[in-house]
Amino acid sequence: MDLTLKVWRQPNGSTKGKMEDYQVSGIDGDMSFLEMMDILNEQLIEKGEDPVAFDHDCREGICGMCSMQINGEPHGPEKATTTCQLHMRKFKNGDTIYIEPFRANGFPVVKDLAVDRSSFDRIIQAGGYISVNTSGNTLDGNAIPVEKKNADMAFNAATCIGCGACVAACPNASAMLFTSAKVSQLALLPQGRVEASKRVQNMVHQMDLEGFGNCSNVGACAEECPKEISLENIARMNREYLSASISSE
Amino acid sequence: MSSQSGIFNSSIGRKIAMALSALFLIIFLIQHFTINVTSTFSPETFNSWSHFMGTNPLVQFVLQPVLLFGVTLHFVLGFILTARNRGARDVKYVRYNGNAHSSWMSRNMIWSGLFILFFLGFHFYDFWIPEINYKYIERLPADETRYYHEVQEMFHNPVRVVIYVLSFIFLSLHLLHGFQSSFQSMGARNPKYFPAIEKFGKLYSILIPAGFIFIALFHYINSL
Ligand code: SF4
Ligand code: FES
Repeated sequence: MDLTLKVWRQPNGSTKGKMEDYQVSGIDGDMSFLEMMDILNEQLIEKGEDPVAFDHDCREGICGMCSMQINGEPHGPEKATTTCQLHMRKFKNGDTIYIEPFRANGFPVVKDLAVDRSSFDRIIQAGGYISVNTSGNTLDGNAIPVEKKNADMAFNAATCIGCGACVAACPNASAMLFTSAKVSQLALLPQGRVEASKRVQNMVHQMDLEGFGNCSNVGACAEECPKEISLENIARMNREYLSASISSE
Repeated sequence: MSSQSGIFNSSIGRKIAMALSALFLIIFLIQHFTINVTSTFSPETFNSWSHFMGTNPLVQFVLQPVLLFGVTLHFVLGFILTARNRGARDVKYVRYNGNAHSSWMSRNMIWSGLFILFFLGFHFYDFWIPEINYKYIERLPADETRYYHEVQEMFHNPVRVVIYVLSFIFLSLHLLHGFQSSFQSMGARNPKYFPAIEKFGKLYSILIPAGFIFIALFHYINSL
Protein backbone atom coordinates (compact mmCIF):
# COMPACT_ATOMS: atom_id res chain seq x y z
CA MET A 1 0.00 0.00 0.00
CA ASP A 2 1.30 3.47 -0.89
CA LEU A 3 0.00 6.37 1.15
CA THR A 4 0.26 10.13 1.36
CA LEU A 5 0.48 11.37 4.92
CA LYS A 6 -0.31 14.91 6.00
CA VAL A 7 1.31 15.17 9.40
CA TRP A 8 1.26 18.03 11.91
CA ARG A 9 4.82 19.14 12.66
CA GLN A 10 5.50 21.46 15.54
CA PRO A 11 8.99 21.65 17.10
CA ASN A 12 7.69 22.62 20.56
CA GLY A 13 4.82 24.17 22.45
CA SER A 14 5.87 27.74 21.87
CA THR A 15 6.40 27.53 18.10
CA LYS A 16 3.60 27.47 15.55
CA GLY A 17 3.09 24.20 13.75
CA LYS A 18 2.00 23.23 10.24
CA MET A 19 0.99 20.24 8.15
CA GLU A 20 3.76 18.52 6.16
CA ASP A 21 3.32 15.98 3.35
CA TYR A 22 5.11 12.61 3.37
CA GLN A 23 4.94 9.55 1.13
CA VAL A 24 5.20 6.05 2.56
CA SER A 25 5.17 2.87 0.49
CA GLY A 26 5.12 -0.87 1.06
CA ILE A 27 2.63 -0.60 3.92
CA ASP A 28 1.07 -3.99 4.78
CA GLY A 29 -2.59 -4.27 5.80
CA ASP A 30 -1.59 -6.27 8.89
CA MET A 31 0.56 -3.47 10.24
CA SER A 32 -0.82 -1.30 12.99
CA PHE A 33 -1.08 2.44 12.47
CA LEU A 34 1.85 2.97 14.83
CA GLU A 35 3.99 0.51 12.84
CA MET A 36 3.21 2.56 9.77
CA MET A 37 4.39 5.62 11.70
CA ASP A 38 7.57 3.71 12.65
CA ILE A 39 8.28 3.13 8.95
CA LEU A 40 7.77 6.83 8.24
CA ASN A 41 10.19 7.68 11.05
CA GLU A 42 12.83 5.22 9.78
CA GLN A 43 12.60 6.92 6.39
CA LEU A 44 13.02 10.33 8.00
CA ILE A 45 15.98 9.21 10.12
CA GLU A 46 17.69 7.70 7.07
CA LYS A 47 17.32 11.02 5.31
CA GLY A 48 18.75 12.77 8.35
CA GLU A 49 15.47 14.51 9.16
CA ASP A 50 13.73 14.87 12.50
CA PRO A 51 11.38 11.89 13.14
CA VAL A 52 7.74 12.58 14.01
CA ALA A 53 7.23 12.58 17.78
CA PHE A 54 4.18 10.63 18.91
CA ASP A 55 3.13 9.01 22.19
CA HIS A 56 2.81 5.25 22.64
CA ASP A 57 3.58 2.69 25.27
CA CYS A 58 1.77 -0.65 25.55
CA ARG A 59 0.75 -0.97 21.90
CA GLU A 60 -2.00 -3.32 23.00
CA GLY A 61 -4.86 -0.92 23.68
CA ILE A 62 -4.62 -0.63 27.44
CA CYS A 63 -2.40 2.30 28.37
CA GLY A 64 -4.11 5.09 26.45
CA MET A 65 -0.91 6.81 25.39
CA CYS A 66 -1.30 6.62 21.60
CA SER A 67 -3.07 9.90 20.94
CA MET A 68 -3.60 10.87 17.34
CA GLN A 69 -6.36 12.53 15.40
CA ILE A 70 -6.58 10.48 12.19
CA ASN A 71 -8.68 11.86 9.33
CA GLY A 72 -10.58 14.05 11.74
CA GLU A 73 -11.31 11.37 14.36
CA PRO A 74 -9.37 10.45 17.50
CA HIS A 75 -7.73 7.04 16.99
CA GLY A 76 -9.02 6.92 13.42
CA PRO A 77 -12.13 5.56 11.77
CA GLU A 78 -12.62 2.29 13.66
CA LYS A 79 -14.98 2.23 16.64
CA ALA A 80 -13.76 1.29 20.13
CA THR A 81 -10.14 1.13 19.00
CA THR A 82 -6.95 2.86 20.04
CA THR A 83 -4.44 3.99 17.42
CA CYS A 84 -2.08 1.12 18.28
CA GLN A 85 -4.89 -1.35 17.60
CA LEU A 86 -5.93 0.24 14.33
CA HIS A 87 -4.85 -1.86 11.36
CA MET A 88 -3.70 -0.42 8.08
CA ARG A 89 -6.20 -2.66 6.27
CA LYS A 90 -8.75 -0.01 7.21
CA PHE A 91 -7.12 2.20 4.55
CA LYS A 92 -6.80 1.83 0.79
CA ASN A 93 -3.82 2.10 -1.52
CA GLY A 94 -3.39 5.72 -2.59
CA ASP A 95 -5.26 7.17 0.42
CA THR A 96 -4.29 10.51 1.89
CA ILE A 97 -4.32 10.41 5.70
CA TYR A 98 -4.45 13.51 7.91
CA ILE A 99 -2.61 13.01 11.20
CA GLU A 100 -2.91 15.69 13.89
CA PRO A 101 -2.39 15.85 17.62
CA PHE A 102 -5.36 15.78 20.02
CA ARG A 103 -6.26 19.45 20.13
CA ALA A 104 -7.48 21.21 23.26
CA ASN A 105 -6.10 23.99 25.41
CA GLY A 106 -6.13 21.45 28.24
CA PHE A 107 -3.73 19.29 26.18
CA PRO A 108 -0.88 21.57 25.09
CA VAL A 109 1.34 20.21 22.30
CA VAL A 110 4.77 19.05 23.50
CA LYS A 111 6.10 18.22 20.06
CA ASP A 112 4.45 17.18 16.76
CA LEU A 113 1.74 14.70 17.74
CA ALA A 114 2.67 14.35 21.40
CA VAL A 115 0.51 16.33 23.81
CA ASP A 116 0.73 16.90 27.53
CA ARG A 117 -2.24 15.22 29.22
CA SER A 118 -1.16 15.84 32.80
CA SER A 119 -4.31 17.92 33.24
CA PHE A 120 -6.04 14.54 33.58
CA ASP A 121 -3.63 13.58 36.37
CA ARG A 122 -4.48 16.78 38.22
CA ILE A 123 -8.21 16.02 37.90
CA ILE A 124 -7.58 12.60 39.45
CA GLN A 125 -5.44 14.17 42.19
CA ALA A 126 -8.30 16.51 43.05
CA GLY A 127 -10.47 13.63 44.23
CA GLY A 128 -10.22 10.47 42.17
CA TYR A 129 -9.27 8.27 45.09
CA ILE A 130 -10.60 6.85 48.33
CA SER A 131 -8.89 7.40 51.66
CA VAL A 132 -7.91 4.05 53.12
CA ASN A 133 -6.01 3.30 56.26
CA THR A 134 -2.92 1.40 55.15
CA SER A 135 -1.45 0.98 58.61
CA GLY A 136 -1.51 -2.79 58.41
CA ASN A 137 -5.14 -3.30 59.39
CA THR A 138 -6.41 -2.72 55.87
CA LEU A 139 -9.87 -4.18 55.31
CA ASP A 140 -10.39 -6.60 52.47
CA GLY A 141 -12.42 -4.70 49.88
CA ASN A 142 -14.23 -7.92 48.95
CA ALA A 143 -15.65 -8.17 52.46
CA ILE A 144 -18.06 -5.33 51.67
CA PRO A 145 -21.07 -6.56 49.68
CA VAL A 146 -21.71 -4.66 46.42
CA GLU A 147 -24.80 -5.08 44.30
CA LYS A 148 -23.90 -6.86 41.05
CA LYS A 149 -25.41 -4.14 38.86
CA ASN A 150 -23.40 -1.42 40.60
CA ALA A 151 -20.25 -3.51 40.53
CA ASP A 152 -20.64 -3.92 36.78
CA MET A 153 -21.29 -0.24 36.18
CA ALA A 154 -18.35 0.75 38.36
CA PHE A 155 -16.14 -1.71 36.52
CA ASN A 156 -17.23 -0.38 33.14
CA ALA A 157 -16.47 3.17 34.23
CA ALA A 158 -13.11 2.03 35.54
CA THR A 159 -12.09 0.72 32.11
CA CYS A 160 -11.41 4.34 31.08
CA ILE A 161 -7.73 4.46 30.14
CA GLY A 162 -7.43 8.24 30.32
CA CYS A 163 -6.48 8.50 26.66
CA GLY A 164 -8.21 11.84 26.06
CA ALA A 165 -10.01 10.82 22.87
CA CYS A 166 -13.22 12.17 24.42
CA VAL A 167 -11.69 15.65 24.69
CA ALA A 168 -10.18 15.40 21.23
CA ALA A 169 -13.49 14.45 19.62
CA CYS A 170 -15.65 16.96 21.48
CA PRO A 171 -16.39 20.13 19.51
CA ASN A 172 -16.17 21.93 22.88
CA ALA A 173 -12.97 20.17 24.00
CA SER A 174 -14.83 19.13 27.14
CA ALA A 175 -13.38 16.57 29.54
CA MET A 176 -16.73 15.52 30.99
CA LEU A 177 -16.66 11.90 29.84
CA PHE A 178 -13.27 11.23 31.38
CA THR A 179 -14.08 13.04 34.62
CA SER A 180 -17.48 11.38 34.88
CA ALA A 181 -15.97 7.93 34.42
CA LYS A 182 -13.52 8.65 37.22
CA VAL A 183 -16.28 10.03 39.44
CA SER A 184 -18.61 7.12 38.67
CA GLN A 185 -16.19 4.28 39.27
CA LEU A 186 -15.96 5.38 42.90
CA ALA A 187 -19.42 6.87 43.43
CA LEU A 188 -21.03 3.53 42.60
CA LEU A 189 -19.18 1.62 45.31
CA PRO A 190 -19.74 1.79 49.08
CA GLN A 191 -16.07 2.64 49.67
CA GLY A 192 -16.44 5.65 47.39
CA ARG A 193 -19.61 7.03 48.94
CA VAL A 194 -17.79 8.39 52.00
CA GLU A 195 -16.02 11.15 50.05
CA ALA A 196 -18.46 11.26 47.12
CA SER A 197 -19.76 14.77 47.63
CA LYS A 198 -16.37 16.46 48.04
CA ARG A 199 -14.93 14.33 45.26
CA VAL A 200 -17.33 15.38 42.55
CA GLN A 201 -17.08 19.04 43.47
CA ASN A 202 -13.31 19.07 43.57
CA MET A 203 -12.84 17.08 40.39
CA VAL A 204 -15.28 19.25 38.44
CA HIS A 205 -13.62 22.35 39.81
CA GLN A 206 -10.21 21.11 38.69
CA MET A 207 -11.62 20.13 35.29
CA ASP A 208 -12.89 23.70 34.84
CA LEU A 209 -9.55 25.16 35.95
CA GLU A 210 -7.70 23.14 33.32
CA GLY A 211 -9.43 25.07 30.55
CA PHE A 212 -11.61 22.34 29.08
CA GLY A 213 -14.86 23.43 27.43
CA ASN A 214 -18.42 22.96 28.65
CA CYS A 215 -20.35 19.83 27.80
CA SER A 216 -23.32 20.46 25.50
CA ASN A 217 -24.34 16.79 25.24
CA VAL A 218 -23.11 16.37 21.68
CA GLY A 219 -22.12 12.78 22.46
CA ALA A 220 -19.02 12.69 20.23
CA CYS A 221 -16.96 11.56 23.26
CA ALA A 222 -18.87 8.33 23.84
CA GLU A 223 -18.86 7.55 20.12
CA GLU A 224 -15.10 7.91 19.91
CA CYS A 225 -14.13 6.43 23.28
CA PRO A 226 -11.98 3.31 22.74
CA LYS A 227 -13.46 1.82 25.91
CA GLU A 228 -17.05 2.76 25.07
CA ILE A 229 -17.59 4.73 28.26
CA SER A 230 -21.26 5.75 28.10
CA LEU A 231 -23.05 9.09 28.50
CA GLU A 232 -24.85 7.67 31.53
CA ASN A 233 -21.67 8.46 33.43
CA ILE A 234 -21.96 12.15 32.58
CA ALA A 235 -25.60 12.13 33.71
CA ARG A 236 -24.51 10.46 36.94
CA MET A 237 -21.84 13.09 37.49
CA ASN A 238 -24.42 15.85 36.88
CA ARG A 239 -26.68 14.27 39.50
CA GLU A 240 -23.83 13.80 41.95
CA TYR A 241 -22.72 17.37 41.43
CA LEU A 242 -26.20 18.82 41.79
CA SER A 243 -26.93 16.95 45.00
CA ALA A 244 -23.45 17.69 46.39
CA SER A 245 -23.88 21.42 45.69
CA ILE A 246 -27.32 21.51 47.27
CA SER A 247 -26.38 19.55 50.36
CA SER A 248 -22.85 20.83 51.01
CA GLU A 249 -22.38 23.35 53.80
CA MET B 1 -8.74 19.20 48.76
CA SER B 2 -8.95 22.40 46.79
CA SER B 3 -11.68 24.94 47.27
CA GLN B 4 -14.68 25.09 44.98
CA SER B 5 -16.40 27.93 43.24
CA GLY B 6 -20.17 28.33 43.47
CA ILE B 7 -22.45 26.09 41.51
CA PHE B 8 -23.33 28.62 38.79
CA ASN B 9 -19.69 29.39 38.16
CA SER B 10 -19.08 25.76 37.33
CA SER B 11 -19.49 24.08 33.98
CA ILE B 12 -22.14 21.73 35.37
CA GLY B 13 -24.01 24.57 37.08
CA ARG B 14 -24.26 26.49 33.81
CA LYS B 15 -25.36 23.34 32.08
CA ILE B 16 -28.14 22.83 34.60
CA ALA B 17 -29.28 26.46 34.29
CA MET B 18 -29.36 26.01 30.51
CA ALA B 19 -31.43 22.84 30.87
CA LEU B 20 -33.89 24.35 33.36
CA SER B 21 -34.58 27.36 31.16
CA ALA B 22 -34.93 25.02 28.18
CA LEU B 23 -37.48 22.83 29.94
CA PHE B 24 -39.42 25.91 30.94
CA LEU B 25 -39.46 27.14 27.32
CA ILE B 26 -40.49 23.69 26.10
CA ILE B 27 -43.55 23.83 28.38
CA PHE B 28 -44.27 27.40 27.31
CA LEU B 29 -44.27 26.34 23.65
CA ILE B 30 -47.03 23.80 24.30
CA GLN B 31 -49.16 26.47 25.92
CA HIS B 32 -48.52 28.93 23.10
CA PHE B 33 -49.31 26.31 20.50
CA THR B 34 -52.52 25.22 22.20
CA ILE B 35 -53.88 28.77 22.13
CA ASN B 36 -52.73 29.47 18.59
CA VAL B 37 -54.14 26.32 17.10
CA THR B 38 -57.65 27.30 18.20
CA SER B 39 -57.43 30.13 15.65
CA THR B 40 -57.70 27.53 12.89
CA PHE B 41 -61.06 26.15 13.99
CA SER B 42 -62.68 28.52 16.47
CA PRO B 43 -62.00 32.25 16.22
CA GLU B 44 -64.18 32.79 19.31
CA THR B 45 -62.09 30.47 21.48
CA PHE B 46 -58.93 32.06 20.12
CA ASN B 47 -60.23 35.54 20.92
CA SER B 48 -61.35 34.71 24.42
CA TRP B 49 -58.15 32.82 25.33
CA SER B 50 -55.98 35.56 23.88
CA HIS B 51 -57.96 38.15 25.75
CA PHE B 52 -57.52 36.19 28.96
CA MET B 53 -53.76 35.88 28.43
CA GLY B 54 -53.50 39.54 27.47
CA THR B 55 -55.38 40.92 30.43
CA ASN B 56 -54.97 38.49 33.31
CA PRO B 57 -52.65 40.18 35.82
CA LEU B 58 -51.04 36.89 36.86
CA VAL B 59 -50.11 36.16 33.24
CA GLN B 60 -49.10 39.73 32.49
CA PHE B 61 -47.12 40.63 35.56
CA VAL B 62 -45.82 37.27 36.82
CA LEU B 63 -45.66 34.73 34.02
CA GLN B 64 -44.64 37.20 31.30
CA PRO B 65 -41.61 38.56 33.21
CA VAL B 66 -40.60 35.00 34.17
CA LEU B 67 -40.83 34.04 30.51
CA LEU B 68 -38.72 37.03 29.45
CA PHE B 69 -36.18 36.13 32.08
CA GLY B 70 -36.13 32.48 30.94
CA VAL B 71 -35.61 33.42 27.30
CA THR B 72 -32.90 35.94 28.13
CA LEU B 73 -31.09 33.57 30.48
CA HIS B 74 -31.21 30.83 27.85
CA PHE B 75 -29.68 32.84 25.04
CA VAL B 76 -27.19 34.75 27.16
CA LEU B 77 -25.94 31.46 28.62
CA GLY B 78 -25.88 30.05 25.09
CA PHE B 79 -23.57 32.86 23.99
CA ILE B 80 -21.34 32.47 27.04
CA LEU B 81 -21.09 28.70 26.60
CA THR B 82 -20.31 28.99 22.91
CA ALA B 83 -17.63 31.62 23.48
CA ARG B 84 -16.01 29.54 26.23
CA ASN B 85 -16.18 26.37 24.20
CA ARG B 86 -14.62 28.01 21.15
CA GLY B 87 -11.93 29.31 23.48
CA ALA B 88 -11.16 25.82 24.77
CA ARG B 89 -9.46 24.87 21.51
CA ASP B 90 -7.33 27.74 20.25
CA VAL B 91 -5.64 25.78 17.47
CA LYS B 92 -8.39 24.23 15.35
CA TYR B 93 -8.18 20.90 13.57
CA VAL B 94 -7.18 20.98 9.91
CA ARG B 95 -9.60 18.08 9.48
CA TYR B 96 -12.49 17.48 11.83
CA ASN B 97 -14.94 14.76 10.88
CA GLY B 98 -17.88 15.77 13.05
CA ASN B 99 -20.42 13.67 11.19
CA ALA B 100 -18.54 10.53 12.17
CA HIS B 101 -19.59 10.90 15.76
CA SER B 102 -22.34 13.45 16.27
CA SER B 103 -25.39 15.06 14.71
CA TRP B 104 -25.26 18.33 12.82
CA MET B 105 -27.95 19.71 15.13
CA SER B 106 -25.93 19.08 18.28
CA ARG B 107 -22.86 20.86 16.88
CA ASN B 108 -24.76 23.86 15.56
CA MET B 109 -27.07 24.85 18.40
CA ILE B 110 -25.66 28.36 18.29
CA TRP B 111 -26.74 28.83 14.64
CA SER B 112 -30.22 27.39 15.03
CA GLY B 113 -30.44 29.39 18.27
CA LEU B 114 -29.38 32.62 16.60
CA PHE B 115 -31.99 32.18 13.90
CA ILE B 116 -34.65 31.63 16.56
CA LEU B 117 -33.43 34.72 18.42
CA PHE B 118 -33.72 36.76 15.24
CA PHE B 119 -37.21 35.36 14.83
CA LEU B 120 -38.09 36.30 18.41
CA GLY B 121 -37.06 39.87 17.68
CA PHE B 122 -39.26 39.87 14.63
CA HIS B 123 -42.14 38.21 16.45
CA PHE B 124 -41.93 40.77 19.26
CA TYR B 125 -41.98 43.56 16.73
CA ASP B 126 -44.98 41.95 15.07
CA PHE B 127 -47.17 41.10 18.02
CA TRP B 128 -45.76 41.94 21.37
CA ILE B 129 -44.77 45.59 20.87
CA PRO B 130 -48.12 46.48 19.24
CA GLU B 131 -49.84 44.68 22.14
CA ILE B 132 -47.93 46.62 24.77
CA ASN B 133 -48.57 49.78 22.82
CA TYR B 134 -52.27 49.03 22.53
CA LYS B 135 -52.77 48.18 26.17
CA TYR B 136 -50.32 50.20 28.18
CA ILE B 137 -49.20 53.17 26.09
CA GLU B 138 -52.14 54.25 24.01
CA ARG B 139 -54.50 52.58 26.47
CA LEU B 140 -57.03 51.81 23.78
CA PRO B 141 -60.37 50.37 24.91
CA ALA B 142 -60.31 46.62 25.44
CA ASP B 143 -61.68 44.78 22.43
CA GLU B 144 -62.19 41.08 22.95
CA THR B 145 -62.60 40.33 19.27
CA ARG B 146 -59.55 42.03 17.77
CA TYR B 147 -57.05 39.15 18.12
CA TYR B 148 -58.30 36.92 15.35
CA HIS B 149 -58.32 39.78 12.83
CA GLU B 150 -54.82 40.80 13.81
CA VAL B 151 -53.58 37.28 13.09
CA GLN B 152 -55.39 37.19 9.78
CA GLU B 153 -53.83 40.48 8.75
CA MET B 154 -50.33 39.41 9.75
CA PHE B 155 -50.33 36.22 7.75
CA HIS B 156 -51.59 37.92 4.65
CA ASN B 157 -47.99 38.81 3.84
CA PRO B 158 -46.08 35.94 2.14
CA VAL B 159 -42.66 37.26 3.25
CA ARG B 160 -43.72 37.02 6.86
CA VAL B 161 -45.08 33.53 6.30
CA VAL B 162 -41.74 32.42 4.79
CA ILE B 163 -39.82 33.85 7.76
CA TYR B 164 -42.15 32.09 10.18
CA VAL B 165 -41.90 28.76 8.37
CA LEU B 166 -38.09 28.93 8.21
CA SER B 167 -37.89 29.85 11.88
CA PHE B 168 -39.97 26.87 12.88
CA ILE B 169 -37.71 24.60 10.86
CA PHE B 170 -34.76 25.97 12.84
CA LEU B 171 -36.76 25.58 16.04
CA SER B 172 -37.29 21.94 15.15
CA LEU B 173 -33.56 21.42 14.54
CA HIS B 174 -32.78 23.17 17.83
CA LEU B 175 -35.25 20.99 19.73
CA LEU B 176 -34.11 17.76 18.10
CA HIS B 177 -30.89 18.09 20.06
CA GLY B 178 -32.11 20.31 22.88
CA PHE B 179 -35.03 18.29 24.17
CA GLN B 180 -33.16 15.12 25.14
CA SER B 181 -30.08 17.18 25.95
CA SER B 182 -31.87 19.07 28.71
CA PHE B 183 -32.86 15.79 30.36
CA GLN B 184 -29.29 14.54 30.13
CA SER B 185 -28.04 17.76 31.72
CA MET B 186 -30.41 17.32 34.64
CA GLY B 187 -28.92 13.89 35.15
CA ALA B 188 -32.06 12.14 33.95
CA ARG B 189 -30.54 9.45 31.83
CA ASN B 190 -30.62 5.74 32.33
CA PRO B 191 -30.87 2.93 29.81
CA LYS B 192 -34.36 2.02 30.99
CA TYR B 193 -36.26 5.24 30.38
CA PHE B 194 -33.96 7.41 28.29
CA PRO B 195 -34.96 5.83 24.94
CA ALA B 196 -38.56 6.85 25.73
CA ILE B 197 -37.45 10.43 26.47
CA GLU B 198 -35.57 10.50 23.18
CA LYS B 199 -38.58 9.21 21.27
CA PHE B 200 -40.96 11.64 22.87
CA GLY B 201 -38.43 14.44 22.30
CA LYS B 202 -38.25 13.64 18.59
CA LEU B 203 -42.02 13.63 18.29
CA TYR B 204 -42.31 16.92 20.17
CA SER B 205 -39.51 18.53 18.14
CA ILE B 206 -41.20 17.70 14.87
CA LEU B 207 -44.90 17.96 15.74
CA ILE B 208 -44.94 21.27 17.64
CA PRO B 209 -42.97 23.26 15.00
CA ALA B 210 -44.97 21.51 12.26
CA GLY B 211 -48.13 22.61 14.06
CA PHE B 212 -46.97 26.22 14.14
CA ILE B 213 -46.11 26.01 10.42
CA PHE B 214 -49.58 24.64 9.78
CA ILE B 215 -51.16 27.60 11.60
CA ALA B 216 -49.14 30.15 9.61
CA LEU B 217 -49.91 28.45 6.28
CA PHE B 218 -53.57 28.02 7.21
CA HIS B 219 -54.05 31.75 7.72
CA TYR B 220 -52.04 32.61 4.65
CA ILE B 221 -54.05 30.28 2.41
CA ASN B 222 -57.29 31.54 3.95
CA SER B 223 -56.31 35.09 3.13
CA LEU B 224 -55.77 34.39 -0.58
S1 SF4 C 1 -13.58 8.28 28.68
FE1 SF4 C 1 -12.88 7.01 26.95
S2 SF4 C 1 -12.04 8.50 25.50
FE2 SF4 C 1 -12.16 9.55 27.47
S3 SF4 C 1 -10.20 9.26 28.45
FE3 SF4 C 1 -11.50 7.57 29.15
S4 SF4 C 1 -11.11 5.90 27.71
FE4 SF4 C 1 -10.32 7.75 26.74
S1 FES D 1 -0.07 2.45 23.01
FE1 FES D 1 -1.12 1.83 24.80
S2 FES D 1 -3.19 2.07 24.20
FE2 FES D 1 -2.13 2.45 22.35
